[in-house]
Amino acid sequence: MINNPNLTRLRRSMMFLNAQKPGLIKDPFIYKPDSIMLDLEDAVAENQKDAARYSLYHALKEINYHGVERVVRINGLETAHWKEDIRVCVAGRCDSIRISKCESAADVIAVEEEMKKAEAEFGVEHGEILIMAALESTKGVLNALEICQASPLLFGIALSGGDYTKDLQTVISGTGVEFAWARGQMINAARCAGKQCFDTVFTNLDDMEGFRKETEMIKMMGFDGKSIVNPRQIAVCHEVFTPTQKQIIQAEKIVKEVDEKKAMGIGVFTVDGKMIDIAFYPGAKRTIELAKAAGVYEGDL
Amino acid sequence: MINAVGRDIPEKVLQDLNMKPFAGTYARNGEEYRKAAPKVRAWMDPKESKMLDSIAEAVKKCGIKDGMTVSFHHHFREGDYIVNMVMEEIHKLGVKDLTICASSLGKAHNPIVPMIEDGTITNIQSSGVRGQIGEAISTGKLKGYAIMRSHGGRVRAIESGDVHIDVAFIGAPTCDCYGNMRAVGGKSDCGVLSYAYVDAQYADKVVAITDTLVPYPNIPASISQVNVDYVVVVDEIGNPAKIATGAAKPTTDVRKLMQAEYCTQFVINTPYFKDGFSYQTGVGGASIASTISLGKIMKERGIKMGLGLGGIAGPMCELLEEGLIDKIVDTQDFDLKAIESISKNPNHIEITGSEYANPMNKGAYVNQLDFVILASLEVDTHFNCNVVVDSNGMVTGAQGGHPDTAAGAKCTIVIVPLLQGRTPAICTDVTTVTTPGETVDVVITDYGVAVNPARPDLLECAKAAKLPVKTIEELRDMAYAITGEPEKIKFGDRVVGVIEARDGTIIDVVHQIKDYEWD
Amino acid sequence: MDVLCASVAGTLESSDAQVSIEPGNGKLDLTIESSVLNQFGKQIRATVLETLDRLDVTNAKVTVIDKGALSCTLKARVEGAVFRASGYTEDDIAAGKKLPWGGAIR
Repeated sequence: MINNPNLTRLRRSMMFLNAQKPGLIKDPFIYKPDSIMLDLEDAVAENQKDAARYSLYHALKEINYHGVERVVRINGLETAHWKEDIRVCVAGRCDSIRISKCESAADVIAVEEEMKKAEAEFGVEHGEILIMAALESTKGVLNALEICQASPLLFGIALSGGDYTKDLQTVISGTGVEFAWARGQMINAARCAGKQCFDTVFTNLDDMEGFRKETEMIKMMGFDGKSIVNPRQIAVCHEVFTPTQKQIIQAEKIVKEVDEKKAMGIGVFTVDGKMIDIAFYPGAKRTIELAKAAGVYEGDL
Repeated sequence: MINAVGRDIPEKVLQDLNMKPFAGTYARNGEEYRKAAPKVRAWMDPKESKMLDSIAEAVKKCGIKDGMTVSFHHHFREGDYIVNMVMEEIHKLGVKDLTICASSLGKAHNPIVPMIEDGTITNIQSSGVRGQIGEAISTGKLKGYAIMRSHGGRVRAIESGDVHIDVAFIGAPTCDCYGNMRAVGGKSDCGVLSYAYVDAQYADKVVAITDTLVPYPNIPASISQVNVDYVVVVDEIGNPAKIATGAAKPTTDVRKLMQAEYCTQFVINTPYFKDGFSYQTGVGGASIASTISLGKIMKERGIKMGLGLGGIAGPMCELLEEGLIDKIVDTQDFDLKAIESISKNPNHIEITGSEYANPMNKGAYVNQLDFVILASLEVDTHFNCNVVVDSNGMVTGAQGGHPDTAAGAKCTIVIVPLLQGRTPAICTDVTTVTTPGETVDVVITDYGVAVNPARPDLLECAKAAKLPVKTIEELRDMAYAITGEPEKIKFGDRVVGVIEARDGTIIDVVHQIKDYEWD
Repeated sequence: MDVLCASVAGTLESSDAQVSIEPGNGKLDLTIESSVLNQFGKQIRATVLETLDRLDVTNAKVTVIDKGALSCTLKARVEGAVFRASGYTEDDIAAGKKLPWGGAIR
């Protein structure tokens, strides 16, 4: 059993940053993303893989990210780089490792095994560093549930849409139709396994309305957050994923009423004219937790 | 002698320049003095023509000789051809020891550096300098002192007689044969001639240089025939592409947008944000973005700006057109939109540099400002700002209206990114003080907002706006924690320039730079 | 570590530093250029020398062109250049040559 509070932390926005660009990794926390994803994979040119690791190591060790989660995206398991990537992640004590192109439970286990070796080497406690898996292929998406269940270190899965659409032999259309099944499958698998689920990036930075619509849609589907490529997207993303004051007040009433009525032995009652029973309780609790995590809750629950 | 901002002003400098150390922003308030006056050559004979064939002829007619002071304006910004054309002709005459008294100088004027080196130009008085002239000053090539004055301070210096201009060369977008100059129209339209007005009034000889001669009378004139001796027509007085740029695309840089949002939230949470408020802002990305976001809130709340002041760019003109500003009172135009606006909109009005910012006339517009939004190279823990000398010690910027508006406005806001590469913008002591901290109220950075402890009222406003409030020391410490504490720059002994406070006292000096010493 | 060949790490972008290294002639030869020399020259030199010392580089010609890099970046670029010059290419690493994270890299 892993007892790491990061397993369920708030991850509305997970922002990619090239681990090799000093100007980018210096102070991304000022944009207040929930997580940054320091990238050793696609953003780093093949001949700079080594340089990116030194840069990453010192960033992890020396830059104060002010509580923003430090995820590192390592190179795929088919490459020559991933094992050393894991060593540097563990030695630098990042918060989480993102497995790219994850296709099966075996991939997760392979990463976990390498992590164990590195943890022993660098004296890091097992469970301190978590895992997330990016699903980038039809096979990966099909195996979503086994991936989610592969390791107690794994906190969630993320769709990586670029490679996935290539595998599907289609393109990103902007309508979301090409991702419909993958998104449905992934959120279902994640929830079934009690994990978090994150959506793919939205690359057209000038289309903020499109970004908002897509974020609203995936939130409605149940997703916990979205991978983002630019700080411009953070505010909108957080707006969508943060409960409104109206929702918070409603949730607060439900939690308080349920607690009170339960003590009195009453099962069904009304809040603002709406029939409420115990089934509304977990959702209301989640809203309050989300509001607290987002720093917008001012009540006393 | 240690002045009121704690800077040591060498006795020799005070004596050489016959100036006093800075004693506080309002120390000379209420002082009485008699204005200077130019020597005027009467033009009684109507048959006499003011038209000359060339700049060379004008230079000769004006009798330029060793030790004289010649003046220029900077309304053509980096597109200016006038300074170089005139100086080239003066240089041909072999005149030495000239003082250039310009409202500002930029990279466009790099060609005059050899004239600094050969002793043609030995003194420079300007709002500031950029490029190679700055390097020439900082490396000690200028024989005399560079005096950096604010826009208001320059007018004061001229009107009070601290500097006397022998010949003013005034580039005019349009001019008639008798010297009536207008800023609008022509090939090198710059919108206004605000900073040149005082030159025309106080110089012994005034030469109008235009590339667009128009029929008489060219009125209403920015500068009137009664102050003009000669008119010269040349092919081009400037490069229009560099005088005014097209509308800048609003920034998408999230850091700048964050700072703009902090600024707007602060402004609207002060008691000064009410119908009829007055406002001045700059042309940086964050300033423009905050003008745009402020405009939205003004519209929502039905609050109008009574006065928009100073250097003007497109976004302010758009608010004027939308009826959200009553009057724009203009001293400089930064883009084509502003130039178009002043030529068409009767509520967009040109004023003189004296009206704008002279601290020792009977009351300048800056005194009526509620807000001014400024930038800075450095701000220190005393809230002093430096806008002239970079963190390596090189002269590279201009005071402009910075100290004038800061002194005048009820609420002076400085927007600055905490870090420029490894250079912390918030530091213990600025390299050079150009604007005293007593006139700076709020500093907005991407890492947080600091309020001058002298303004507890504004601190409450910042808290009400839910801004990330920090002390100025906390901001500095955050910067130093990232960059390391910078070394204090070691300068050479020689003073190459002085930063003149707007009242004519010395607020700081600039030393010659020297090679870095490793040990 | 022995510098076996010439190598470069880093770029000339703002906030970065480019470190070049080549075999020396019996001693350590360090040249530093920086856009923030007047403010951080000594700190840059100290960072570079400490990093070279940890990596036990004593015979090399090292050139740093700094564009305002933070010390974490300077260290990373020096390490990048040194390991590249000392036979730790990505192929060597993939073949099992392990980097001393937390040891000489600190």
